[in-house]
Amino acid sequence: MTIVYDDLGDEATSDVPVRRIRFTVNGAKKVAEVEPRLLLSHLIRRGLGLTGTHMGCDTTNCGACTVLVDGKAVKSCTMLAVQADGHAIETVEGLATASELHPLQEGFKEEHGLQCGFCTPGMMMAAKALLDANPDPTEEEVRWALSGNLCRCTGYQNIVKSVLWAAEKLRPASG
Amino acid sequence: MYPSRFRYEAPRSLAEAIGLLHGGDGEAKVLAGGQSLVPLMKLRFATPELLVDINNIAGLDYHREDGDGTLRIGALCRHADLERSALLPGRQPTMAAAAPLIADPIVRNRGTLVGSLCHADPQGDWASVLVALGGSVVAQGPAGRRSIPVADFVTGPFENTLAPDEVAVEAVVPPHRGTPAGGYLKLERRVGDFATVGVAVAVDTADGTVTRAGIALTGVGGSTIACTEAAQALTGHALTPQTIELAADLAARAARPRTDHRGSAEYKRHMVRTFVVRILSRIGPAAGEQAAAGHAGPAPESERAA
Repeated sequence: MTIVYDDLGDEATSDVPVRRIRFTVNGAKKVAEVEPRLLLSHLIRRGLGLTGTHMGCDTTNCGACTVLVDGKAVKSCTMLAVQADGHAIETVEGLATASELHPLQEGFKEEHGLQCGFCTPGMMMAAKALLDANPDPTEEEVRWALSGNLCRCTGYQNIVKSVLWAAEKLRPASG
Repeated sequence: MYPSRFRYEAPRSLAEAIGLLHGGDGEAKVLAGGQSLVPLMKLRFATPELLVDINNIAGLDYHREDGDGTLRIGALCRHADLERSALLPGRQPTMAAAAPLIADPIVRNRGTLVGSLCHADPQGDWASVLVALGGSVVAQGPAGRRSIPVADFVTGPFENTLAPDEVAVEAVVPPHRGTPAGGYLKLERRVGDFATVGVAVAVDTADGTVTRAGIALTGVGGSTIACTEAAQALTGHALTPQTIELAADLAARAARPRTDHRGSAEYKRHMVRTFVVRILSRIGPAAGEQAAAGHAGPAPESERAA
C-alpha cells in the first residue's frame, strides 16, 4: 500500500519520495509506503481503512484521534506515520473480539458514556492505557488520565463512570 | 491539515544527526517529541526542508542525578518520564510541581523537556522552571559541546541560540545549595490550554536563610521572564512575610502581561504576585514543612501538592 497526499498538482505520484515502514496494527503485521509528511491518523484512516480513529480538532487538543503506540496513548494527528516504523499500534478496532465487546466498550454502554460518540474511541484508548498501567484507579485518577480528551456532549460524568465500571470488570477479584 | 513536503531523515547516532544538519542547505528542524513542531508544520507556520528525527538515537531518553546532585535530562526524556520520576519528589520540588501540569497526559507521553526549551514558547512551562533553577542546555555541534544557560538560550518568542548545525542534547539542573524548596503554579482555563500565568519559584535554604533563589514567569511577556530582582531580594534573608511580599511585588513588576482573551494585563500581574506569595508562604514562615505548590486551575481540587 502506498499512501501520499493528493495536493500534488502536476507532479506525478511516482516522484513523491516514499518510505517503506513496517509496523503492527492491532497485532497484524503491516507494510506501507508513505510520504514522510503523512500523519499517523491518515495512515490509520485512509491507508488501513480503520475509521474508528476520529479526527476532531486536528490541532493536538481534543484527543479524538488517540491510539496506543507501544501501549502509550498518543494523539495520532500529531505523529508522523513514518515514525510508526517498527512500532505496535492499537486502535479502537482492536478492543473487541469477534464475539465479545471489551469491558471498556461494555462500560460505555452500561453507564451511558457516550451521546454522539465522536470522542468515544479516543476516550476508550486513553482509558485503556490508564487501566493497563493502573487496574484500580480512583475517580480522580480517571479524570486526570482523560484530561487530554474533550467531549462536548456528556459533561464527562458518565465517561468517568464507564471507565470505573470497566476497571471493576477487568479486575480478577471481581471475576 | 498536513505539513508541506520535507526531506525526512532518521539517523541512528548524534554524529550522523549533526552531519545531516551541517550538510543541509535551507531550513532544517530536529524532531523529538513533535508535540509543538508537528502542529506548527501542519499549520505551515514551520516549513522545514529537512526534518531530522532523533527518536531512533539510543541513549538520549535518560534523566539522572550525578554524584554531586546535578540533574541531567536527555533530549528524549518525555514529560511523562519526569511526571513519574522517583528522582524529582523532594529533591526537585519545582520540577515535580511542574511535570504534571505540562500540556495534557497524552501530549506528555511524547513531548520532551529539552524540545520544550528549544521551542521557546513564551507560554512554555519548562523554560520558566529551568530559569528559576539556574539550569542550562547542552548543545552539540560539529565543533563539540557547549553549555548555554537557559536564561540566555531562550532569546525570544520561538527563538533560541542554537546554531543551525547544533542539537540540544541535554538539559542540566545544577546542584542545590541547601535544602531545596519551591513550586510551580499555573493558571489555565482548562487542562492543555496555554498558561494564562505561570510562576516558577526555586529556593534553597540553609539554617533558615535563603542561599539561592530563582523566580521566573510563564505567559506574561514576549519571552520567559527571569525575575532577578525578586530573587535577589530573597537571597541571604529568611523567608518572612516581609521578604515574601517584597519578592512578590518585584516579580509582579517584572511581568509584561498583555490583555487578551485569557485575562486583562492587570489581572495577570496580580496573579503573578499572588502565586509568588502562595509558593513562598508554603515554604516560608512555616519552615520545616517543605511543601511544594502545584496546580492552580479554576477548580480548587485541581491544586495539587507534589
